[in-house]
Amino acid sequence: MEYKNYMKLEFDSKSQNESFARVVVASFAAQLDPTLEEISDIKTAVSEAVTNAIIHGYEDKMGVVTLTCKIHNNELEILVEDNGRGINDIPQAMEPLFTSKPELERSGMGFTVMETFMDQVYVYSEPGKGTSIRMVKKFKSLVAE
Amino acid sequence: MLLNYEVIDNKLIIKFDGELDHHVAENIRVELDEMIEKKRTKHLIFNLADLRFMDSSGIGVIMGRYKNISKMGGKVAIIEVPEKIDKIFSLSGLYRIVEKYENLTEALNRL
Repeated sequence: MEYKNYMKLEFDSKSQNESFARVVVASFAAQLDPTLEEISDIKTAVSEAVTNAIIHGYEDKMGVVTLTCKIHNNELEILVEDNGRGINDIPQAMEPLFTSKPELERSGMGFTVMETFMDQVYVYSEPGKGTSIRMVKKFKSLVAE
Repeated sequence: MLLNYEVIDNKLIIKFDGELDHHVAENIRVELDEMIEKKRTKHLIFNLADLRFMDSSGIGVIMGRYKNISKMGGKVAIIEVPEKIDKIFSLSGLYRIVEKYENLTEALNRL
């Protein structure tokens, strides 16, 4: 039987909302009967994507981050979008250890973490318009009725 | 996030209690550097037993402290690493520069 669910959330690009966002996604994912490891994986990936939107997308300016989650059977799709400055060179941004902000002691591992902890990661970005990160995780459990 | 400190045998032991993300990283960095400056021990040991969440911001925090301590000839060790946090450390290559031990006794003996 097909199972679907959807949720959408908007919040200010404040760093306080990083923990809020990952807890929301973890709660929403609970219906997929996840393992502790799966929950930890999605919390970490969401934290990376939202942190990127806040520090790279909006830098010091205030903006809105949109978080959308869709469940389709045993798959969770997470979309993190900002209307910030965008990424000029996506392959470079996704390289392990690349960071545009070494002065902030950023490790440059954000995208590598997302790619390792999720099954699929897609990045769409337009300079001056914003960035959206789409991530998909397949849960091992079967979906309840 | 709470930090607890203890000095044993010229080693500063820092215990994290809470979640380490970008939001808290800046304050943690400042607090750690003040404490490192004040205690002036040769080595650092991070106890992660009660670290409930960490993303790549935490890697930046530990690497930054490693850079400072290693300039002075010191070493950094991490102990009691939870499984989910071990995954992100392995991925980041942090274990090439930071030593991992099971517990405090082992770290104190080996450092």
